[in-house]
Amino acid sequence: MFPAAFDYLQAHSADEALAALAQHGGDARVLAGGQSLIPAMRFRLAQPAILLDINPIAELAYMREGDGFLEIGACERDAALEVSPIIASRYHLIADASKLVADPVVRQSGTVVGSLCHNDPAGDWPTVALASRAQLTIRNSKGSRTVAADDFFVDSFSTAVADGEMAFSVRFPTPSGRTSGSYQKIERKVGDFATASAAVQLTLADDGTIRDAGIAIGAVGPKATRVAAAEALLNGQKPTRDLIRAAAEEAKKIADPSPDQRGSAEYKREMAGVLVARGLVASLGRLGVKGEA
Amino acid sequence: MKVNVTVNGRAYERDVEPRTLLAYFLREDLGLTGTHVGCDTSSCGCCVVVLDGDRAVKSCTMFAVAADGHEITTVEGLEQNGVLHPLQQAFWDSHGLQCGYCTPGMMMTLVAFLKQNPKPDKHEIREAISGNLCRCTGYQNIVKAAEQAAAELSKAAEPQTAGVK
Repeated sequence: MFPAAFDYLQAHSADEALAALAQHGGDARVLAGGQSLIPAMRFRLAQPAILLDINPIAELAYMREGDGFLEIGACERDAALEVSPIIASRYHLIADASKLVADPVVRQSGTVVGSLCHNDPAGDWPTVALASRAQLTIRNSKGSRTVAADDFFVDSFSTAVADGEMAFSVRFPTPSGRTSGSYQKIERKVGDFATASAAVQLTLADDGTIRDAGIAIGAVGPKATRVAAAEALLNGQKPTRDLIRAAAEEAKKIADPSPDQRGSAEYKREMAGVLVARGLVASLGRLGVKGEA
Repeated sequence: MKVNVTVNGRAYERDVEPRTLLAYFLREDLGLTGTHVGCDTSSCGCCVVVLDGDRAVKSCTMFAVAADGHEITTVEGLEQNGVLHPLQQAFWDSHGLQCGYCTPGMMMTLVAFLKQNPKPDKHEIREAISGNLCRCTGYQNIVKAAEQAAAELSKAAEPQTAGVK
């Protein structure tokens, strides 16, 4: 299985990349880690006329915290997140996911921003981005815009990035106060696509009520989806077992899975609920709330 | 398209189609058939090589043109002057292979891993090779071999790893 023929271009700077994209528009695809795009090209699911390799742009391989965000550049690889002390200490949801993306060798090449742009319905990072209220910085040769995760994921394998544009970074809000999270995923083996996944992030108020809940589910529909009804149920409430069960029910209602060799639609819908509940219990446990939850 | 790469310390220049995958470039253009192609879809880890000394990559999921200007180490680059690399010796000693098909990928994954984590425990070793499939050994002896190699490499430190920068 070889990809269809294409012209290969390398960009050595952001300006070079944007100029190439301005010139070639929708004929060009951006190559970062390539861990999803290259298999897609091999299966001829993607046949770009031009492949624009951004790996030589060293300044896009970064991760920095400041101005209320953790910002991750387009060339930063998953493996860097896995060993980051900043992520381990403050960004629990991201820390969890960084250990579960694909397999350890794939993580040495794959990138977070690339995964977000690929927007596979079973991808890990879209779910995480939705639950943690991430934003993406998108640029073209004329300027820059910021798009919230909620508006970024348009449909399976399609995003808000238009022809001639490129996503340059993702920004995760720095958790304030008592915040934790958890990423839950069922997979048949390491590196398989998720059977179902859930991302949870919770911030507690001083009185122990939930100030802000972020919940998203993946692999159980055409794209990763925020479970807004579950968030609304939780916000302002003290966490209880019944509340967690009710939030899980909302995830099951919104799940729209397709049956495949990983399981029936019924099973996957059930698992969406189970994983949201597990994510909530794990997040609360990390916040020192055990008791009723 | 011209590609200049250094493989196992030797410089090569070749003209390739952009769609040539690194695994096929190594095997067919350079004749280095130690790098195996298993699943050909980024799932099995047989084709892993080391890029620029410390990054394990699945060579079926990288284009040869993207390796331009980079250094690659394949399984053929492990042995130095007739002396097996500590990982090779450990795989031999611990019977870490049976049919041998996954072995180059296992070893190259572990070469990079032991650079990143020179003193891993059993669990970390199992994690590290979780993207590499072996259908013969049940992994027990591979993990044993990795432990032996880790001990050997950290004892010997720098000199033994020459060529696998």
